[in-house]
Amino acid sequence: MEEKFNALLNDDVLTTISNWTKSGHKAALATVIDTWGSSPRPVGSQLGINDKGELVGSVSGGCIEGAVAKQAFEVMELGSPRTLEFGVSNEDAWEVGLACGGSVRVFVERIES
Amino acid sequence: MKKEILNTILSSRIKKQPLAIITNIADGTQWAFAEGENENAHVFTASEIDTIKKSIKDNKSCLISDAKFFVNVFTPSLRLIIIGAVHIAQFLAPMASVAGFDVTVVDPRASFATPLRFPEISLLDEWPDEAITQLKPDTRTAIVTLTHDPKLDDPALIEALKTKAFYIASLGGTRTHGKRLERLKSEGFDEQQLQRINGPAGLDIGAISPSEIAISILAELTASLHGRLPYTREI
Repeated sequence: MEEKFNALLNDDVLTTISNWTKSGHKAALATVIDTWGSSPRPVGSQLGINDKGELVGSVSGGCIEGAVAKQAFEVMELGSPRTLEFGVSNEDAWEVGLACGGSVRVFVERIES
Repeated sequence: MKKEILNTILSSRIKKQPLAIITNIADGTQWAFAEGENENAHVFTASEIDTIKKSIKDNKSCLISDAKFFVNVFTPSLRLIIIGAVHIAQFLAPMASVAGFDVTVVDPRASFATPLRFPEISLLDEWPDEAITQLKPDTRTAIVTLTHDPKLDDPALIEALKTKAFYIASLGGTRTHGKRLERLKSEGFDEQQLQRINGPAGLDIGAISPSEIAISILAELTASLHGRLPYTREI
């Protein structure tokens, strides 16, 4: 099933990060662990990031993936996990946040090779 | 995440076994938890284990123990059994597959269920009733008949109604569906049982082409999965 699924749409996070580490890449996994209010992706949603900056899956509707990836590069290097929080964005500023008005907590961990 | 934990998740999918991964948020330590397997070997209290089991049962990932641990639940894929390797099935099967369903197309007619028409999709050339018995549909399985042929659709529906499939649907116009229900009534099913069959299959979105009909069926199936049938738009 996994292979068939990938043949159609390559968004299987865990299979993809497993393949990344097998081919010698560093990788990190971000997981939505808590949400408040209206948030685009439910608890348990995952985003995989590798050392080339490739992404698989999602933890939001695209609003915070960039910021999560930035933190994920540090986690890949340093090893210790971290928990990130994102709240409502200020529409007048270019800050990272969720336009939908919700908040999320995201746990970021390194994939040990 | 250790490689062993990642491999445990990937192999639980192949084994079609529900699994929870529990993470200590503070330091990233993780444990894999599958019901019935070394439940007592973990570091959790009896009440934490009860909460973890409930999360698995409800398929709901959550923080527990004052946000000390995160329980991430991995359940086997949803399944879709399509009866009839017809033109609409050629759209419905890959669309449902992309939507995360484990799809099987059933058709005893050899020239219909071919890998050429259904690349990357599981095919079963059994009679529909035998196929359904063999595939053992559960509460995370949907069954859709597409053949329009009572010889194929009826036996499938008779077997489907005996299962706990969360969605059963049958293609065909209102008149065809009316006749179908009459035949099934004479097989001993009552009104309430027959109400489980969504017919004509699919939400009324004006679908005409095979791909549009596939979208309307997939939409109705999704509404059913989330307890939203009969469908009305909530504003």
